[in-house]
Amino acid sequence: MSHYTLDAKRLMCPMPVIRTQDKVAELQVGDTLEVTCTDPGAMNDIPAWCRINGHEVVSSSEEKGEVIITVKVGEA
Amino acid sequence: MVSTQRKAVALISGGLDSLLAAKAMMEQGVHVEGINFYTGFCVEGHTHAIRKKDKAKPKRNNALWVAEQLGIKLHIVDIIEEYKDVVINPSHGYGQHMNPCLDCKGFMVKKAHEWIEANGFDFIVTGEVIGQRPMSQRKDTMPVIARESGAGDLLVRPLCAQHLPATLPEQQGWIDREQMFDFSGRTRKPQMALAEKYGFEEYAQPAGGCCFLTDEKYSKKISDLWESRGVRDYELDDIMLLKVGRHIRPKKHFKVIIGREEGENNFLSGYRKMFTSLKTTSHAGPLALLDCVNGEASDEDIELAAQIVARYSQGRTADKVEVEVTNKQGVSRLIEVTPISPSQLDESWHV
Repeated sequence: MSHYTLDAKRLMCPMPVIRTQDKVAELQVGDTLEVTCTDPGAMNDIPAWCRINGHEVVSSSEEKGEVIITVKVGEA
Repeated sequence: MVSTQRKAVALISGGLDSLLAAKAMMEQGVHVEGINFYTGFCVEGHTHAIRKKDKAKPKRNNALWVAEQLGIKLHIVDIIEEYKDVVINPSHGYGQHMNPCLDCKGFMVKKAHEWIEANGFDFIVTGEVIGQRPMSQRKDTMPVIARESGAGDLLVRPLCAQHLPATLPEQQGWIDREQMFDFSGRTRKPQMALAEKYGFEEYAQPAGGCCFLTDEKYSKKISDLWESRGVRDYELDDIMLLKVGRHIRPKKHFKVIIGREEGENNFLSGYRKMFTSLKTTSHAGPLALLDCVNGEASDEDIELAAQIVARYSQGRTADKVEVEVTNKQGVSRLIEVTPISPSQLDESWHV
């Protein structure tokens, strides 16, 4: 199981979700992906995308205009 | 005999019709997944995310929200690059503004058709209703979409299926025509009744669609962009910036984009490495970008831009306003200008 990062800063909804979706498609079950965004909408959209596609949000935080969400890849 | 569960992909916009169309197929035992296309022109969360006054509004993506209500997967596809040809060269022309609705629908169904072939799905579902939209949802244009997309009789429109010829999934008995609907026209009452029957209490109701290209002011800004550049083309940053700020073009070769509030100023500040930017320092005021066709703006252009920016600052009636001008490399200098008078700020400059 590996850990990856994704820079989705300056991208507006729904591009952070699309980038997350496309990166997760390359990863293995159990891998984690840390996504950094500046669009506050990502705080709703990425967890929603995870819920409907069978992935898990293991942590999320919002500080100084940056949203950081860590996704654990599930059995999609 | 073991029956195979058929699989369909539903085009999910985030609105009510596609929600109901997908649900109608699920009710018939079809495995449904959603597909949503991002063109760059979608009226979605980003517009709320930019403007500070909209901070209280829920910043949800309606397509994701609809998929969650349905309990289906959603595949969001970035079609920004390919979509340019639809906007720039629509074979069926534009609607009332810059909206190429017929070509757009055909393109999206074509992409969905490619997707079902690549992913082993059986057919495509849309929430189209005959007579609902003046361009793409008419009795004579709906067959055009099926034909030109290549989807043919694999395209099912459950909400108005009873008005249309039987599709392959109906002929094969995968779905029952009698359990689909005969909606038509612009009334929303049948959809609202069906939503109630299915137990959907909340749903998005975008007025006039969910696309900036149907917006008159936005369409004018695109036309202005193409005219000033002498070429019909755009990048994602161009079309994002058209959604933000006041656009004032005092000369054919440059325009000034002025933030209207704090959220827009913050958004525009993300572009300071791509444009010369201006900000009043002696008085509170907006951030502005100078978009010049020829790359670098002349000192004369910068002075005029600064006078305009000063007009939109707290120093609008002052004799002199100090403006910080920062080039793309981040090098700043201060200039002093007299705010342009309302009579000099020609109405035709407002894009």
